[in-house]
Amino acid sequence: MPVLWLVLIILGLAALGFIMGRQRALKSAGGDSRKLHSLPNYYGANVALSVLVPSFGVLIVWLLAQPMLIDRAVSAMIPPELIPENTTTGLVMSDVRRVAEGLDVAVEKGAMSASEANSVRSEFTDLRARLGDVGVALGQDVRPEVLRAAQRYRTLNATGNMALTIVICLVAVAGFINALRHCTAEYRARNVVERAILVILMAAASIAILSTIGIVLSMLFESVNFFGLHRWTDFFFGTTWAPNFRGDSELSILPLLWGTLYISFIALLVAVPVGLFAAIYLSEYAGSKTRSFAKPLLEILAGIPTIVYGLFALLTVGPLLVKVFGQGDNGLLGVEWMSGATSVLTAGIVMGIMLIPFVSSLSDDIINAVPQSMRDGSLGLGATKSETIRQVVVPAALPGIVGAILLAASRAIGETMIVVMGAGAIAKFSVNPLESMTTITTRIVSQLTGDGDFASPETLVAFALGLTLFVLTLGLNVLALYIVRKYREQYE
Amino acid sequence: MYDAPSLGAQVEQQDIKISAKKVQVYYGDTHAIKDVDIEIESKTVTAFIGPSGCGKSTFLRCLNRMNDTIDICRVEGDIILDGEDIYDKKVDPVQLRAKVGMVFQKPNPFPKSIYDNIAYGPRIHGLAKSKADLDEIVEKSLRRGAIWNEVKDRLHAPGTGLSGGQQQRLCIARAIATEPEVLLMDEPCSALDPIATAQVEELIDELRNQYSVVIVTHSMQQAARVSQKTAFFHLGHLVEYGATGNIFTTPQDERTESYITGRIG
Amino acid sequence: MTDTSHSSAVPTSSLYAHDARTKKRNAAEARFKAYGMVAIAIGLIMLVTLMVTIFGKGLGAFQQTFITMNVELLESKLDKSGTRDLEKIKKVSTFGYAPIIKGAFQTTVDAEGIETALKTKDMAKLLSKSAASQLRDFVIENPDKIGTTVEFRFLANSRVDGYLKGRVTRDSIANDKNITSAQLDFVDQLRAAGVLFKTFNIDFIIGADASDQRPEAAGIGVAMMGSLFMMLVVLALALPIGVAASMYLEEFAPQNIWTDIIEVNISNLAAVPSIVFGILGLAVFINYMHLPQSAPLVGGLVLTLMTLPTIIISTRASLKSVPPSIRDAALGVGASKMQSVFHHVLPLAAPGILTGTIIGLAQALGETAPLLLIGMIGFIASNAPTSIGEGLLSPNSAMPAQIYEWAKRADPAFYERAWGGIIILLLFLVTMNTIAVILRRRFERRW
Repeated sequence: MPVLWLVLIILGLAALGFIMGRQRALKSAGGDSRKLHSLPNYYGANVALSVLVPSFGVLIVWLLAQPMLIDRAVSAMIPPELIPENTTTGLVMSDVRRVAEGLDVAVEKGAMSASEANSVRSEFTDLRARLGDVGVALGQDVRPEVLRAAQRYRTLNATGNMALTIVICLVAVAGFINALRHCTAEYRARNVVERAILVILMAAASIAILSTIGIVLSMLFESVNFFGLHRWTDFFFGTTWAPNFRGDSELSILPLLWGTLYISFIALLVAVPVGLFAAIYLSEYAGSKTRSFAKPLLEILAGIPTIVYGLFALLTVGPLLVKVFGQGDNGLLGVEWMSGATSVLTAGIVMGIMLIPFVSSLSDDIINAVPQSMRDGSLGLGATKSETIRQVVVPAALPGIVGAILLAASRAIGETMIVVMGAGAIAKFSVNPLESMTTITTRIVSQLTGDGDFASPETLVAFALGLTLFVLTLGLNVLALYIVRKYREQYE
Repeated sequence: MYDAPSLGAQVEQQDIKISAKKVQVYYGDTHAIKDVDIEIESKTVTAFIGPSGCGKSTFLRCLNRMNDTIDICRVEGDIILDGEDIYDKKVDPVQLRAKVGMVFQKPNPFPKSIYDNIAYGPRIHGLAKSKADLDEIVEKSLRRGAIWNEVKDRLHAPGTGLSGGQQQRLCIARAIATEPEVLLMDEPCSALDPIATAQVEELIDELRNQYSVVIVTHSMQQAARVSQKTAFFHLGHLVEYGATGNIFTTPQDERTESYITGRIG
Repeated sequence: MTDTSHSSAVPTSSLYAHDARTKKRNAAEARFKAYGMVAIAIGLIMLVTLMVTIFGKGLGAFQQTFITMNVELLESKLDKSGTRDLEKIKKVSTFGYAPIIKGAFQTTVDAEGIETALKTKDMAKLLSKSAASQLRDFVIENPDKIGTTVEFRFLANSRVDGYLKGRVTRDSIANDKNITSAQLDFVDQLRAAGVLFKTFNIDFIIGADASDQRPEAAGIGVAMMGSLFMMLVVLALALPIGVAASMYLEEFAPQNIWTDIIEVNISNLAAVPSIVFGILGLAVFINYMHLPQSAPLVGGLVLTLMTLPTIIISTRASLKSVPPSIRDAALGVGASKMQSVFHHVLPLAAPGILTGTIIGLAQALGETAPLLLIGMIGFIASNAPTSIGEGLLSPNSAMPAQIYEWAKRADPAFYERAWGGIIILLLFLVTMNTIAVILRRRFERRW
């Protein structure tokens, strides 16, 4: 763990810097801290930060950049004609990495000397067997090009790590010395430290942006890879979802989108009326006692993890629906409409239950934002409470309620565990809610958790699905938040 | 010192629309209105004046049971409207409020069109037989609200787009549309500029021909301008009640005098 | 006031008489109110159903059926040479222990005077498949006990356990090759003799998952450790980053496009489906940075990114609730902006920040979907990690992922464990949320 050592070195140097900086500043003021521009601790902090910030900054950038640069350098070594049909450079590269890791393990365990690892030739040695001995299983014999690339990969990595260590140490020491020089009574240490802290705070705030960029880029790259292997027209406009391992999979998002929207629709059918009426009752009718009792209880439903709802769908609601709609003569209705526990209805109902508190607490906020004067105006004209609610409060709150429903819809579309466990795995266009259907999120999970080869279109399609899902939910959210904000401004 | 009933008897004999006897109002543990007796005459503008928090708005809201909407509020005593106790169990506040309309401090048009704002009351009370009927009610109410000429070309524009004074007249027209017998106004001009205030005051004066109007106001000048009878409230008590001229020129109670001369309030 | 004073003001309609329209309107009012009550009732009934289901089906997992027997560790079978040479003892595989177990059953049957036609081979099948290795581990640990008789408590297999818990009945085993009616009779006899009994099972709470064949031995303890390490990562990263980010946005950020972008970004990030964060984790942390798959460190990183918006939003709310007068007071005595924030605003906002963080952690603890993508399912982490480094980097599962794993398995005996796992998970969540509520109640300031 060279990185861990580096971190420890930097931290040690920073601690040392804090103490020395403080002492030096005090000394320069003749031991009288009142003569210093800033409190002594700021001088110490200045030195510590001068060590920490640049070196950690370099470290992070380096760690992010090194794999990319090395990958690029190494993959250039693999001639394109050596990349087998139906795979990509990425797949060969993962072989390379695996061999390189194997060599590392072998050296570490003493099964191979360091120089041997760098010079071994697969033409002369059965590398697969030797690596197998130290517990690294390879799928196939090591091809010479791959081995050479792996060796190059190791050397580059070693060089990189060495350079990293040297550069970081230099940066840290330079910061240390430079800051220490500044520990004089006149130096405005507080201002410098505060500016540095501000930069750190700003960097923390930017992490939110970074993760969005990370999300978009990671999915975009792999989606581009996917569309390089698979026709985009089939993905967006095809009608069949049928992945297979023969290489002629039909991977169309439409049937998945249908399943997703159908289940979300049923969920909203359950959640919106119940949630909305619950919100109306709680905010307009219920006394404070009922409210303080029913509201937290309903909110418990929102705090229950989705895995619980998934299990509830799979083991309770599903079998219950089968008892009602299935099993022929043994069923409650004596019909044979449903065979398995997974179905659109199962997932939809359970997801609806999950969304009830979501809809109700959002609507509650929104209904409460309608000014009391509006209610008074209506009641003062002799309207009943329900007339006031239906004809004045709800229409006034409508934009906000629509926003809340859109947020709930976005939740439903992106929900994973309930549909993974309750909806089934069959992609089809059907309007029968008792059939099992599959959704975008379900397919993402199954395509990425199978044993599939990572560089195949069947796996990469998950990223295209993820990107579509992201765009879809993001669009809904932006729209909903915009509507809700406009609505709130109206009454502020 | 407490002689409001005898004062009420002194004024010339008029029809009594509302008579309140020994009204007490509590907000939780707070005793907000204490022993108020008052008789409000028909086709008269009665003004309630007094310092902030004296209970004048609270008492006004008792007259059409708007206080029912506040959970912790409790009303005791009798309020008789046309010989019927409005707090009787048999009375449906919904019917009562159709008879006793209310206009609020801040203009509160519904976020609907001007037409729908006016038509709201007649619709819920089923006052119109047909669309033409409803159109007629809307026009009549807007005319009586003295706002017809300003909005007749944009009846389907949202009511919230009007100016403050227009909005308040719209709300008055909306209250009139249900054909009430009494109109309660809770500081109807406090959110308006002087010109809009003048227009609303003019309107109130016209409304006197058909309705009993009870108006709560902060402004003594306004009370003097629009009302025939004035009631002075202080700390939950009805201190003095009588013809507006008498109250302002020869107040009987020293508290009234202090208030009118600006020493309290 | 006489009645005559009212004579000219004849009421147009009496308030005491309700016309048909009012009656209809009041009926509509009552109906509308009833809809509201029904909606609340539906919500509450769902909650109760869910809880009853969870506890009804899950409590069983905390109890397990055991069989206690005196086992004679025959030297002739376990150490033929008699030298107590550990290497030789280790050569005896678990198959070698089967006769010992059969023998133990025979002894028990004789001692308790149970009459049965069952062969000892079939009796031995009542035990968990782990029984032989349990014996073997004991012998290797204590070679000197060979030749003596030791009392052992074996797990009964999941069918027997299910029989005692009512999940398996004589009707339901008609097509079951794993157990026969005769064996169940024998179970009844053993139970009457007090040899076989059901009792609290600590191993479910602290133990590791077990293979498909041995639901009776599966526990959630190791997955709990995985969750714990993930939460450590989340706490160590999300709290400082979240607080720093909120402090910047709330106290220092200038009003410009960059700030707007960050704010819009955070509010939208809070609503990104959790599975998308899983994809991010897979692509960035595993495929790009080559961090180990299935490691709690990676899970923690993914959950950190997911929790950050929640923490930022709640932290900003509590920073906002500190009145500006406090800042002015600090600035007024010559503190810098930074000092006023660190010395006054932050400490005052701390309870709110902590509450938000705990709620964020609770959310992260129950999250499953992203963990599926970074490989925290589908294998059995058999040993609890021994060090922090190992805890962060060696493959592990997490509580919700373990529950999902159990729910996918074929044997219904695992379902009971899934529900049981949920009880434990919910206990954690309830505890965390209670702490958050108490913190809020105790330290909340009204300005």
